[in-house]
Amino acid sequence: MSLFSLLGALEIGLVFSLVALGVLISFRLLRFPDLTVDGSFPLGGAVAATLISGGMDPFSATVAATAAGAVAGLITGWLNVRLRIMDLLASILMMIALYSVNLRIMGKPNVPLITDPTVFTILQPGWLSDYVARPLILVVVVVAVKLLLDWFLATQTGLAMRATGSNGRMARAQGVNTGGMVLAGMALSNALVGLAGALFAQTQGGADISMGIGTIVIGLAAVIVGESILPSRKLVLATLAVILGAIVYRFFIALALNSDFIGLQAQDLNLVTAVLVTIALVIPMMKRRLLGKKGA
Amino acid sequence: MLRAQDLTITFNAGTPIETRALRGLSLEIPSGQFVTVIGSNGAGKSTFLNAVSGDLPVDAGRIEIDGADVTREPVWRRAERVARVFQDPMAGTCEDLTIEENMALAQLRGARRGFGRAVKASMREGFRERLATLGLGLENRLTDRIGLLSGGQRQAVSLLMAALQPSRILLLDEHTAALDPRTADFVLRLTARIVAETKLTTMMVTHSMRQALDVGERTIMLHQGQVVLDVAGEQRRGMDVPDLLAMFERVRGEQLSDDALLLG
Repeated sequence: MSLFSLLGALEIGLVFSLVALGVLISFRLLRFPDLTVDGSFPLGGAVAATLISGGMDPFSATVAATAAGAVAGLITGWLNVRLRIMDLLASILMMIALYSVNLRIMGKPNVPLITDPTVFTILQPGWLSDYVARPLILVVVVVAVKLLLDWFLATQTGLAMRATGSNGRMARAQGVNTGGMVLAGMALSNALVGLAGALFAQTQGGADISMGIGTIVIGLAAVIVGESILPSRKLVLATLAVILGAIVYRFFIALALNSDFIGLQAQDLNLVTAVLVTIALVIPMMKRRLLGKKGA
Repeated sequence: MLRAQDLTITFNAGTPIETRALRGLSLEIPSGQFVTVIGSNGAGKSTFLNAVSGDLPVDAGRIEIDGADVTREPVWRRAERVARVFQDPMAGTCEDLTIEENMALAQLRGARRGFGRAVKASMREGFRERLATLGLGLENRLTDRIGLLSGGQRQAVSLLMAALQPSRILLLDEHTAALDPRTADFVLRLTARIVAETKLTTMMVTHSMRQALDVGERTIMLHQGQVVLDVAGEQRRGMDVPDLLAMFERVRGEQLSDDALLLG
């Protein structure tokens, strides 16, 4: 594998580590199986790309994309909390609704960003080539998001949010407005996914209506891979783990697709993803069984 | 003070399995009184407790705590006035959170939660002191996940958590029922101590008539969703379990045949 494809894998891995952090909030902390992600990721991309190509500065466009993701998560949470639609179903409804919304926003199936400025072209120092600068900028963004998230989850509100997912009845008995916490958590989760979508569009030269397909699986894969390479109950380590998981996962994908002797091609990506997630899910179980046998 | 007026709750109304769990139940508990609640299965004990806590909405009636009408308030809003320990030791604490995080959560019951650090160094000292009074060595395990504790230990911590923040009403829903006899005894003594220290208005549901007479200062019995027996003071002091059973039979004018009542 060349340095070029290595850096490319790192770049995409970093973008998806933001998705993974979002998935960590919904699936793990709130225990809310949220498929909105498949819609809010392209939503972030669509909003950012459309605004940038319309002449807005890339930073404001990225903030707007993040806010759009938050609104999407808020609506999914609202469908579940207020209208009492089952969590998974609420998120699926939102996901397919967003497909139309994204087409409306872009006005066409894709919005290219070839010559337009992006946050990366603006921040990139002249002496660095873009394929080195992009991962570096993303590292800064991801680390900042991770630290902010760590801080938030350790606050009184963050603790209440974690309690909501862990034991809602207890949380309510302690005076936590659990419905409000689900709304806030879903908004936060999908804001991160929206941000990821916006950055993805800016690194890949545009937004595309189909860029969201499988996002949730990749996010989940990152969470699961992360948890198996760095198993920890400590949140500071858990957030680090899913970031590493997203990057490691991406490296495996790049490795699989770049190894000529396997004969895989780009269109096999989703199949490879499914196989990798299956392996990541099965390994911990196998490990337990083996260890259990040794212990007995 | 807790005042419940004509509480009515019907489950599955209008269907063949309609259950009239509370049928115009009224009860007044003065501030600081410790009341034990007994009754056979299906008498409405848990339903009544859930109505007071807000877990179950009432079909009719009114619930007042210290003069404030809380009938329509959701659980989390009522939590400012009502503390609760559940029957299931797993239900009252968050197993994924540490001991100190659980206690920090309870410390802010009824207060606004902002963006300050949830567990501050200054809180830890207080937590340690309180945990030390349990004599279980938990004061050295603040950062352990509470899921690692036994049921009895978790129930003891739940009780401490209920008393961390001043509230008006303490609800105990058969909180010793899931424990072994020795641990149950320990938790019961802890309950008596905490109620005495905090002077909380307390309602304790129990399956054991023995327990109902041994702790607290007043005992009420529920039957078919109503209060059928209410003893306190001198009359209660001289009572034993058979007396209670005899009184119940006299009040209802029927033979009591439910084994559940005789247990303990």
